[in-house]
Amino acid sequence: MKPKHFTIPYIGWMAVFVVTPIILIFVYAFTTAAGEFTLANFARIAAFRSVFVNSFRLALIATLICIVIGYPVAYILSREVMRVQRLIIMLVMLPLWMNFLLRTYAWMSILENTGLLNRFLAFVGLPTLRIINTQVAVVIGMVYNFLPFMILPIYSVIMKIDKSLLESARDLGAPPLAVFSKVVFPLSLPGVLSGMTMVFVPAVSTFVITQLLGGGMVILLGDLIEMQFLGAAFNPHVGSAVALVMMFIVIVFMYVMNKFGGGEERAVGL
Amino acid sequence: MKKVIVSIAVLCVVLVAILVGCGPRGEVVYVHNWGEFIDMDVLDMFYEEYGIRVIYSTFESNERLYSLMQTGGATIDVIIPSDYMIARMVEEDMLYELNLSNIPNVRYIDPRFRSLAFDPDNRFSVAYKVGTVGLIYNSAMITEPITSWGAMFDPQFAGQIVMFDNPRDAFGIALLYLGYSMNTTDEAEIRRAFDLLVQQREILQAYVMDQIFEKMISGEAWIGAYYSPDFLTMLADNPDLRLVHPVEGANFFVDAMAIPRGAPNRSNAEKFINFMSRTDIALMNMSWSYYASANYMAAAIFSEQLTQVERDVVFTTDEVYARTEVFAHLPEHILELYNDLWIELRS
Amino acid sequence: MTKKPGFFGRFYIAFILFFLYAPIFVLIVFSFNSTRSRSVWSGFSLDWYRQLFSNSAILDAFYTTIAIALLSAIIATAAGTFAAVGFHHTRRKFRTPLMQVNNIPMMNADIVTGVSLCLLFVALGSALRFRLGFGTLLIAHITFNIPYVILCIMPKLRQLDRNLVDAACDLGCTWMQAFRKVILPEIRPGIINGLIIAFTLSIDDFVISYFTAGGNVMTLPMQIFAMTRRRVSPEINALSSILFMSVLTLLIILNVREIKHEDKMKKRADNLKEVN
Repeated sequence: MKPKHFTIPYIGWMAVFVVTPIILIFVYAFTTAAGEFTLANFARIAAFRSVFVNSFRLALIATLICIVIGYPVAYILSREVMRVQRLIIMLVMLPLWMNFLLRTYAWMSILENTGLLNRFLAFVGLPTLRIINTQVAVVIGMVYNFLPFMILPIYSVIMKIDKSLLESARDLGAPPLAVFSKVVFPLSLPGVLSGMTMVFVPAVSTFVITQLLGGGMVILLGDLIEMQFLGAAFNPHVGSAVALVMMFIVIVFMYVMNKFGGGEERAVGL
Repeated sequence: MKKVIVSIAVLCVVLVAILVGCGPRGEVVYVHNWGEFIDMDVLDMFYEEYGIRVIYSTFESNERLYSLMQTGGATIDVIIPSDYMIARMVEEDMLYELNLSNIPNVRYIDPRFRSLAFDPDNRFSVAYKVGTVGLIYNSAMITEPITSWGAMFDPQFAGQIVMFDNPRDAFGIALLYLGYSMNTTDEAEIRRAFDLLVQQREILQAYVMDQIFEKMISGEAWIGAYYSPDFLTMLADNPDLRLVHPVEGANFFVDAMAIPRGAPNRSNAEKFINFMSRTDIALMNMSWSYYASANYMAAAIFSEQLTQVERDVVFTTDEVYARTEVFAHLPEHILELYNDLWIELRS
Repeated sequence: MTKKPGFFGRFYIAFILFFLYAPIFVLIVFSFNSTRSRSVWSGFSLDWYRQLFSNSAILDAFYTTIAIALLSAIIATAAGTFAAVGFHHTRRKFRTPLMQVNNIPMMNADIVTGVSLCLLFVALGSALRFRLGFGTLLIAHITFNIPYVILCIMPKLRQLDRNLVDAACDLGCTWMQAFRKVILPEIRPGIINGLIIAFTLSIDDFVISYFTAGGNVMTLPMQIFAMTRRRVSPEINALSSILFMSVLTLLIILNVREIKHEDKMKKRADNLKEVN
């Protein structure tokens, strides 16, 4: 048995459990319950435009917030002594060990009308906020859950930047701000890009965060799909069509992102 | 190459063995029930008596149960859906017929809940619990007494209202408030109810099912519609809560036990249904959930143990009963309309 | 080296960590609450910890989760190791498309993976007469774990000196012996990493399990989700606090050991310098 034959069982596995399911999604999306070919499932998606728009808008907002919050964390971290870096990276990853449903659920206790935040605000004499069951709550939930996935890739790319590049920039008289904007930032873009996909894809397809923090008032693509497979409006054919269109848009999105970032990646030599 | 084929063959065998052979050993019965609907001790008692282990799981609405069964693949021996869903499942041939000689305890079922429209010959189901839908509000926040479903659509309570997270109950309330039948097949009436629900969305706090317990108890929400018996569970934790059956009427439901087609443990399922219909077990479940049992003996005993207020909630008074309507199974095109409008409302 | 972050930088990091830990803090605090409430404090008690050990639904779910995570991690690691070695020896022309298919479960949204596997299992199930349950759940977990295992092992294989294998073969090893004696020890760190990642992913997965487990088998995340749709019982807070604290302790021990080890190495290096 030659080593290249080692792949054969796994190729079989992939054919059955990776490729066939995707084909089934296609089949379902293009057929009726009676098994006839149809495009009606896609026609019905037109009615869900607002869900698509909302999902991509909220996921993009959450992704951008993650970059804005997460990038400085990664950057500041990279300048700490090694020991502190390791400790903080551990602290950033540690929450992932507590189930994300529970952590999200805990946000409910914090954000509710009668929750901890509002009781604190009332206590110090500030007006209370209506956050729970709004899009704001959903975005908070997304940022909270996916922020570590933005910090870690940016951090690891910044750490790989050749220190001599920074030194030569400084030696050539570049002020600190220019060193950052002309050298560090462009070189760290691949990290930002992989962080973006790691945040955007789960954010756009979540149904847990919306159901916990959105109170069913904010419906995203994940909810729409879930609703038609196991939820209150059974129709796996339309559900498959939604999943297919979502998949397609995400692929296009990621393709564009990678095209945009491809040049940088080569520059760092990854 | 031979080794490759052998290894693939072994892999396949292992896979099939995992898929087919896995599962608890010994006698079991898979029960799929509403959440917060049973005294869990009952399941242990069933095991002790019959040696059959109950594998228990819950669903949160009739529609979700339907989806789970249609999506398929789940192992279920006993389900306890409501009247209209039983009718739909009967029509779509999703249920096994019961062998009533294996369920002698049906003799304790109140004749009022036998031979109902959803199963006129009692071939598919045995009634389990009955009750109404009511409007629950927090009297500490809302001082004026409420009498109409209109409160659920009243902008002065904006942000404090919670609504059913399933199409039939939600549309039902809107239809009642507009003065239509909950079972209307007039598309124009359903669309008017839809418009009302769209307006309500603007002032709604959340769509909920059993999450309503926490929200009403903590005062997070002030007003909401839910199954009346659950009100007593909430009242125990928050004495400010009130229940009304609005003047426009309300839904009366009969949840009944049935065996879905394809159930692997049919005779165990019948044993379980018989067990659940027994008076002492019905009594335990009733004391736990406050849902009135369809077993008239248990109901009579439990009625003695209640205060007048509790009794009126658990056992629907004649005055309220006169205003109620049971959900009927709707024709296919109306169900599709419900589905479409429900998604549209939520998106 | 650039200068160390100042006060504002440190403060910012602290603030972000506060954001990450606030909900966890809330969860842990309220696991000691004497009532069910998850936002009103009414006194200290250990009731929820006591009740946790008699809540069969939660404990069953916990065992299922551990069983699925262990089995799927071990199987996925074994399968992934072989597949990675195979891929490594496959010609580029075939490897590239195969790796792309391999990456699908990682790139795809979890819900699409879950829903599509659900469709597959239902279709296969009606043909082969099986139901969704523990078996399908396990297969789903293996399927989404393998690509991560391969991802961990491939770089190690690339670092591997090919000459080593050739040398072993020249010295009379069969290929299998070379695999066992030369390749495996070299890629072991990658395998262990893959195993840990697979185990972690499997424990934390909710979405894919939700669609592939059928109605009866429940993992801990599924049980938690079901509970959030009803009334969450603080017993689940108690369980999570215990798990969290164990992971925390483990990580602290590992970290302290590593730092101590480093100090020792440094001292030894210094000593050597002095000697020279």
